Amino acid sequence: MQKGGVIGEKIPTFLFKVVHFLRKCIFSVLSVGPIPEHIAFIMDGNRRYARLRNLKEGAGHDAGYFALMSMVIYCCELGIKYVTAYAFSIDNFKRGPEEVQYIMDLMMEKIEQMCQKDSIVNRYGVRIHFSGNLQLLSEPIRNATKKLMVVTANNSNVFLTLCVAYTSTDEIIHAIQKSCEEKWAENRESRFLYCGVINLVDIEKKMYMAIAPDPDIVVRTSGVNRLSNFLLWQSAGSYLFSTSALWQDFSFWHLVWVVMNFQRNQPRLEKKKKQL
Amino acid sequence: MDFKMETRMLYRWIGQIGNLLLRLLWHLIHVLINLCYFTRGIANALESYLISWGLLRRYNSLHVAKLRYLAIVVESEEAHQTSKVMELLQWLAAVGVKHVCLYDKEGVLKKSKDFILEKLDGAVLFQEALENNMLQDQRRMVLEFASFSDGKEAVVKAANVLFMKYLKSGATDKNQEEQIFTESQMANALKTVGSGGPEPDLLLIYGPARCHLGFPAWRIRYTEILHMGPLKSMKYGSLIKAIYRFTMVRQNYGI
Repeated sequence: MQKGGVIGEKIPTFLFKVVHFLRKCIFSVLSVGPIPEHIAFIMDGNRRYARLRNLKEGAGHDAGYFALMSMVIYCCELGIKYVTAYAFSIDNFKRGPEEVQYIMDLMMEKIEQMCQKDSIVNRYGVRIHFSGNLQLLSEPIRNATKKLMVVTANNSNVFLTLCVAYTSTDEIIHAIQKSCEEKWAENRESRFLYCGVINLVDIEKKMYMAIAPDPDIVVRTSGVNRLSNFLLWQSAGSYLFSTSALWQDFSFWHLVWVVMNFQRNQPRLEKKKKQL
Repeated sequence: MDFKMETRMLYRWIGQIGNLLLRLLWHLIHVLINLCYFTRGIANALESYLISWGLLRRYNSLHVAKLRYLAIVVESEEAHQTSKVMELLQWLAAVGVKHVCLYDKEGVLKKSKDFILEKLDGAVLFQEALENNMLQDQRRMVLEFASFSDGKEAVVKAANVLFMKYLKSGATDKNQEEQIFTESQMANALKTVGSGGPEPDLLLIYGPARCHLGFPAWRIRYTEILHMGPLKSMKYGSLIKAIYRFTMVRQNYGI
């Protein structure tokens, strides 16, 4: 029985190693072409996934978390340095209070898990940053996000930005406000009457997303063709990719397809990015 | 020592052959992908001709009223083909689209605006229509011309308008965690600097890659974005299909 048990444990490990090896081979082929430095995901499809599978409301978000972690691992293996995910929009606060509370509780649970030393993010060297108007979150979650950012601060394989309580328009206004405060503070220190003007550089360095380069690819799942107030400022030169797959079904092969399409368009995109 | 060197050379040769095989495989996969897209392109072209000839019934009645504001993004290199742009505008006029914003990054279309307005019957500039209260006039097509300076640069100008308000209001003493500016104040500031156009419902990208090329960020929050391919190979049927697809979309705005 014991022998069977040991063999029973070894088979999944063996399969895991075979799958990992095959993935490495496919990534070796992909790496011949340009690999994006930053990929952003609009993780759409949580509620539809739960409805299609007759799951309880909220179960789609659980599955969405696993899809995100899988994507982060694949991006780490492929050498994509920055990954950004649209986890929770300011508009999502308008959803039913039960659903919002479920998502907040799930976020809290997953943040606490990720803070553990042997968590998946620490094993893969993922540094996590939260972008958004975190003041809109409750204090326990806000503190938990700060703790996770500190715990993962020394990781350097992948930089994962989770956009929570985020919209681009809020980000722009926030950046302008911070630029105004900074200009005013400079004026008080220098005692000049003339306050100076706010420049593009001033605004860009105050953006929540200033910690990462502009995305090379923005992926939206569920067949939707909108940015929904996500990275509007940063996506001027980004390749916009829309897939009909729900986020929970977004797999390794979808990622390979996205990267191959990016490589197909990369010479033109590179030229546009330089001009921008 | 010779044996070690030979082994090293052998490994190097194996590595180089391996790299060559990977490169060949990568190129082969991309050739296959390009073949798939080529086949899809032919199928799309056939479908667009069937739509143009009215053979696909469901495209024959479009609920264009749902499309209140359309934006077109054109690659600046292709924007020089003013005749193609004119043809596209004439198609849109025939379909019944009344408000169109034409965008190209470098402002080539802005330079051709007088020519376009002259050639397109009944077209009027957005600013003029706004000032003369003509936006609701369904007989005229309202055109807006935008470029990269209406995007980030306009936000910078609006930021300075808000900065002046910030200094005058005495909000400098407020708690720095509080939000001082609202989205409507920002929208008004953008109007003040001349970049306060409405948000398009649909944005069509005419260019080789699916990329909005810096269309004013403030205006594409919930805009449907569709890629139409290069301007030189634009088709009437594809335009109808894109507008039809838009009219079938249901938005929940994050709720």
